[in-house]
Amino acid sequence: MKLTKEQLLEMFKKMVLIRQFETRVKKSFADGDIPGFIHLSVGQEAIAVGCITNLRNDDYIVCHHRGHGHLITKGGNINFMMAELYGKKTGYCKGKGGSMHLADMDINMLGAHGIVGATVTISTGAGLSAKLRKSGQVTLCFFGDGASNTGRFHEGINLAAIWDLPVVFIIENNFYAEATSIFYSTRLKKLSDRAIAYGIPGETIASNDVLEIYEKVGKAIDRARKGKGPSLIEIQTYRHFGHEEGDMETYKKKSDIEVWMKKDPIDILKKYLIKQKFLTEKEAEKIGQEAIRKVEEAVKFAKESPYPAPEETLEDVYA
Amino acid sequence: MRILTYREAIIEALKEEMERDPSIFIMGEDIGEHWQGSVKEFEGLWPKFGSERIRETPISETAFVGCAIGAAMTGMRPIANVMFASFLGVPMDEIFSQLTKMRYMFGGKTRMPVTIMCLSGGGMNAAAQHSVCLEGMLMSIPGLKMVSPSTPYDAKGLLKSAIRDDNPVIFFQNLFLTVTGFKGEVPENEYTIPLGEAVIRNEGNDATVVAIGNMVHAALSAAEKLKEENINLEVIDPRCMAPLDEKTIIESVKKTGKLVILDEEPKTGSAASEIAAIIAEQAIEYLDAPVKRVCAPNTPVPFSPPLEKYWLPNESKLIGAIHSII
Repeated sequence: MKLTKEQLLEMFKKMVLIRQFETRVKKSFADGDIPGFIHLSVGQEAIAVGCITNLRNDDYIVCHHRGHGHLITKGGNINFMMAELYGKKTGYCKGKGGSMHLADMDINMLGAHGIVGATVTISTGAGLSAKLRKSGQVTLCFFGDGASNTGRFHEGINLAAIWDLPVVFIIENNFYAEATSIFYSTRLKKLSDRAIAYGIPGETIASNDVLEIYEKVGKAIDRARKGKGPSLIEIQTYRHFGHEEGDMETYKKKSDIEVWMKKDPIDILKKYLIKQKFLTEKEAEKIGQEAIRKVEEAVKFAKESPYPAPEETLEDVYA
Repeated sequence: MRILTYREAIIEALKEEMERDPSIFIMGEDIGEHWQGSVKEFEGLWPKFGSERIRETPISETAFVGCAIGAAMTGMRPIANVMFASFLGVPMDEIFSQLTKMRYMFGGKTRMPVTIMCLSGGGMNAAAQHSVCLEGMLMSIPGLKMVSPSTPYDAKGLLKSAIRDDNPVIFFQNLFLTVTGFKGEVPENEYTIPLGEAVIRNEGNDATVVAIGNMVHAALSAAEKLKEENINLEVIDPRCMAPLDEKTIIESVKKTGKLVILDEEPKTGSAASEIAAIIAEQAIEYLDAPVKRVCAPNTPVPFSPPLEKYWLPNESKLIGAIHSII
């Protein structure tokens, strides 16, 4: 499906919003306002936006621990997100989950998960459910290069394959599982080659270009929706920051950083939009300012929100 | 009343629930066309419901328990058959970190109506990797419910409640009672048994015996024998280790002043240990003898018949424990 100018600008705005959200979270964490662990997706925005823009509202996503951008793209409320990161009662999970477990069942975002690879098997269930209910819903399953070395990657994708489940598995290959290079942890050059083992299509997108991601993942989603089964798509990208905030990133190569900084996904889309005369520098600047304003509003909402009462600890264990 | 075997009662519960609710389906290995369960524990379901709802899986417990989680979050009511309780170790991360934690982590915004079925317990010379009971280990997982039925009547009524529950429930189908064709009364009319209600199987004033799963029958035959010595045991079958009906146990201990727990698990960290701790904390002043845990030794389950017989708690070990405190 060809994207309209409005859709393209919407994608740009989402990517900018994710960038500003993450950048502000980095500051709040450094200031000591956000407790716990924070995994930022700066540099990887094209994947969340390129993949999820293809979805119907009732489609599902299941997300890894670096999932702020995915929830924003699916239509999440950044006030509730920020409040959750701050540990507040008004947060998405009432302060019980934090950054690693953001979830919004109302928009079929089935949660971010802190156990690497867990999304693979959970996604098969959402896929099977859609198939049994004949709902036509597709599930997008996100996980990192590290997860592709886990046993559940094998079991889950195999199950989705034999049952032709409407699931698209997305490997966000940012080349590092924490501090361990993917070139150390597998002999493969292309992680999508693993699809061969399951008899399903596999494709590697070696690009931070959101439009290329949109188009290629869109084909896999269409295929899944037609009942033709799952696909495995590796998308190569780069996280601009560490695995988590506080990571000194001693494992990264300076030459790699230089290469990837020139492939910033927001710059790529911006250049395209300007070339197409859909956007001017001035308008881009305005979009950035608007994103900052929204994020500051979210921070204000989070800061002014109350903490949950301590005894709320005991609630929500059982239905 | 009508007599059914333990296995038949369980199959009947599954059949009735699947007829009642189209969102229920079963996943597991060899549950369909050919075997219909490794000990025919799903006999007759595949011919009736077909491969969509009696859904055979590869040997991939991690995948299909994870799959049950995703399906439960999106409107289905899956049953995952892990075959043997020993195999719960394979999808333990799914159980420990996802199934039982997601509702809480997400601030109560999802429900998790998943039933995990498995054959549990020893006595069949199935050795260390097909014989375990895991109630004690799993009791430390908040968010999980567990049932350990000892009779056909309870098996049917508790399984129906487990399936209808919006929380994850592990259904420990006792292997020995299944394979040996244990029989009991099961009414033809519809009934369920609430999770978390113990039943007093034998009333008595001299000592409280809490027995779990198949151990209930050892406790009842011990109670019968001890009557000849004028010792009257109160035998409690908790039926669910989570939620545990603490009140019934505490009330009984207040009456008898003595507690023996009969549990087919290695003693350390067993369900028996937790029950002993509950009584120590809440009713110690009523005890007039030490609490006794009649459990298995802290070894894996052995294979050879004389070894397994030595390993398992039984009626005579219980009688020995009773004699040591009365």
